Amino acid sequence: MDFSLTPEQDAFREQVRAWLKENIPRDWSRRVMASAEVPRPEAYQFLRDWQRTLFDAGFVGLTWPKEYGGRGLTFMEELILHEEMALAKAPQILNILGVGMAGPTIIAYGTEEQKKRYPAKILSCEEIWCQGYSEPNAGSDLASLQTRAVKDGEYWVINGQKVWTSLAHVSDRMMLLARTDPAAPRHKGITYFLLDMRLPGVTVKPLKQITGDPEFNEVFFDNVRVHESEILGGLNNGWQVGLTTLMYERLALGFGLQVRLRIALDGLIELARRMEKEGRVLTKDPVMRQKIAQLWIDTECLKYLGARAITKLLKGEIPGPEASIGKMIWVETHQKLQELAMEIEGPYSQLVRGSDWAVESGVWQYTFLRSRANSIEGGTTEVQKNIIGERILGLPKG
Amino acid sequence: MDFGFSEEQEMLRASARKFFENECTSTVVRQRMEEPAGVTDDFWTKLAEQGWLGLVYPEEYGGVGLGFVDLTVLMEEMGRVVMPGPFLATLLGGLAILEAGSAEQKKQWLPRLADGKAKAALAWTEPSARWDAAGVATTAKPTADGWLLSGTKLFVLDAHIADVTAVVARTAENKAGQPGLSLFLVPKGTPGFEPKLLPTMDQTRKLCEVVLRDVRLPGSALLGAKDGASAPLSRVLERATVALCAEMCGGAQKVLEMTTEYAKIRVAFNRPIGSYQGVKHRAADMLVDVENAKSLTYYAAWAVDENVPDSALAVSMAKAYASDAFRRVSAAGIQLHGGIGFTWEHDLHLYFKRAKSSEFTFGDATHHREKVAQLISL
Repeated sequence: MDFSLTPEQDAFREQVRAWLKENIPRDWSRRVMASAEVPRPEAYQFLRDWQRTLFDAGFVGLTWPKEYGGRGLTFMEELILHEEMALAKAPQILNILGVGMAGPTIIAYGTEEQKKRYPAKILSCEEIWCQGYSEPNAGSDLASLQTRAVKDGEYWVINGQKVWTSLAHVSDRMMLLARTDPAAPRHKGITYFLLDMRLPGVTVKPLKQITGDPEFNEVFFDNVRVHESEILGGLNNGWQVGLTTLMYERLALGFGLQVRLRIALDGLIELARRMEKEGRVLTKDPVMRQKIAQLWIDTECLKYLGARAITKLLKGEIPGPEASIGKMIWVETHQKLQELAMEIEGPYSQLVRGSDWAVESGVWQYTFLRSRANSIEGGTTEVQKNIIGERILGLPKG
Repeated sequence: MDFGFSEEQEMLRASARKFFENECTSTVVRQRMEEPAGVTDDFWTKLAEQGWLGLVYPEEYGGVGLGFVDLTVLMEEMGRVVMPGPFLATLLGGLAILEAGSAEQKKQWLPRLADGKAKAALAWTEPSARWDAAGVATTAKPTADGWLLSGTKLFVLDAHIADVTAVVARTAENKAGQPGLSLFLVPKGTPGFEPKLLPTMDQTRKLCEVVLRDVRLPGSALLGAKDGASAPLSRVLERATVALCAEMCGGAQKVLEMTTEYAKIRVAFNRPIGSYQGVKHRAADMLVDVENAKSLTYYAAWAVDENVPDSALAVSMAKAYASDAFRRVSAAGIQLHGGIGFTWEHDLHLYFKRAKSSEFTFGDATHHREKVAQLISL
């Protein structure tokens, strides 16, 4: 057991830290916040440019093989990078679904032509990817998806609808799961397509969320013709291919989450130091101290769980259902943290951006509302518990 | 970065598991808990032969010279079988001698603790039930040729069978920065030293009241510096707490396994109950509790071994979490077993009661969360 880093890893951390210090655009948070003064397209262009800058410095796709534009490093460096980016409060990369999911899956399953065509443009953010999995009637039960693909010569004709599709409004490509064999058992008749979002018949409609922001979308397919060369991993093999992608998703999104949680907690503690209740500063309230201490413990715990997962990865073991534990703990802790922020603000928690009385310009109100999605997106907590119960504990399916 | 156990540690785990499965069955545990001693000479000698009684003492004092990550592995296995006996008490007494004692005192006691010839205890807490300096009212007054100890100790593990008990007593007023505590070694049979076994909910843990009725000790009984016990005691407490957390993790893990196995075979409404999400999700919650308690405990063990600056914080985080987790997990185990889990015949109550006694040993979750709050400068 050893928590220290190798000299090379320490040097890498220093290198990342120094680079970030020099290169993070100072006013970035104002520029990308969803506010009336800054139009959204400008914000996305800013984030595209930022990823390109990171890529040029060699900080995107660390674990990707060198031949696809990556650096062939380990998950330890990937973890260090995400930790440093979070600590430096740097903007995240825009093409996170491409880098975290589409790219690795294409590298794993793609034809030579696909591997030449796609991965490089993912890292440089020339092509942004979104994920076409969920449908109005297929969320947790993804295998019941109904979007159809029917063969017509060299083409497949797509009809149907996807939903909750983050980034679809700015994406160039979609990882699309569609049903190609309705007669087969549900897991066996699905195919994974690499869809060009500019094809005729693709319509993207923004969906306004609980926060008031249109962060995700509905995507409609009306006789969209996709060439058969855009099938990834073979006809009717989409379930297998898609599962690989999901595994990468939990990994890719997991890195850095712990550090961001810790930063949020530091912010919450600052908030508690300033706010009073019944004339007493909240950090002096014994009940509040208990709650904050528990959040601290849960946040640190997530770090050690991550260290255990990294240890397994570095020893060559495949990330398994253990990722579900990490997802669950993160969700629970983050939602508890956001609720505690509201409790700390008390009656002020009712005021949002736009009011001079709003605490910290209403930033906690936004993150509080946004956190409700945490236990739904990327696999609901209920599904995670099924996975833990069935795949780790070996309990029978219902 | 390597947050895993070494091959040697995995071997220790495997041999300990086999040993306890043979030597510490449920039948054995139930016999020991009915008896005042809670341990047999035969069993204690076997632990010594394995090298486990001196695992963390330096080799020069008859120990194996391993660390608390190694001890964590062993304690998890002890926790799995709710091992009765004075292991934790002897560890406490031994660590007090190791951390505070002179070379002579260490030579006198540690080899005998390691080879099983002697058992030890640490008499610290009192009716005030506090693990800090302010909780100690027992006094040690200098006499012409030594010390005179008076007071009452409470919640003392296994003092009734200890060959030597390290007693915490007040030698000066409690002032800021100078708590005024000293440690004394009191051999079994010293006149006025009166340990009394108390009836406890967790019968696998023997707790004593220890009355010190004008106990006269020679000058050589002082363990460490006069008024200087607080620093070594906090190191003892940190280390013993890590060991206890590991034992709690082992107990919780075993309850999770027992419950999962039962949920696979117990049928209700024509289905194994484990297929119902009401049961499955609660089992998943149990697993998360167990895994989190382990993550925090393993880190704390590494932190005390490496003497990292935040070791006290790491230990308090682990104990706060493990206290809640073991209590929740053992309660959920009973719930998911239904009626059979509530019987004396089933072993679950042994774990449930051990969870309760462990919760309040070395400070409960609320105590340690407040310590966390202080340590992060809240």
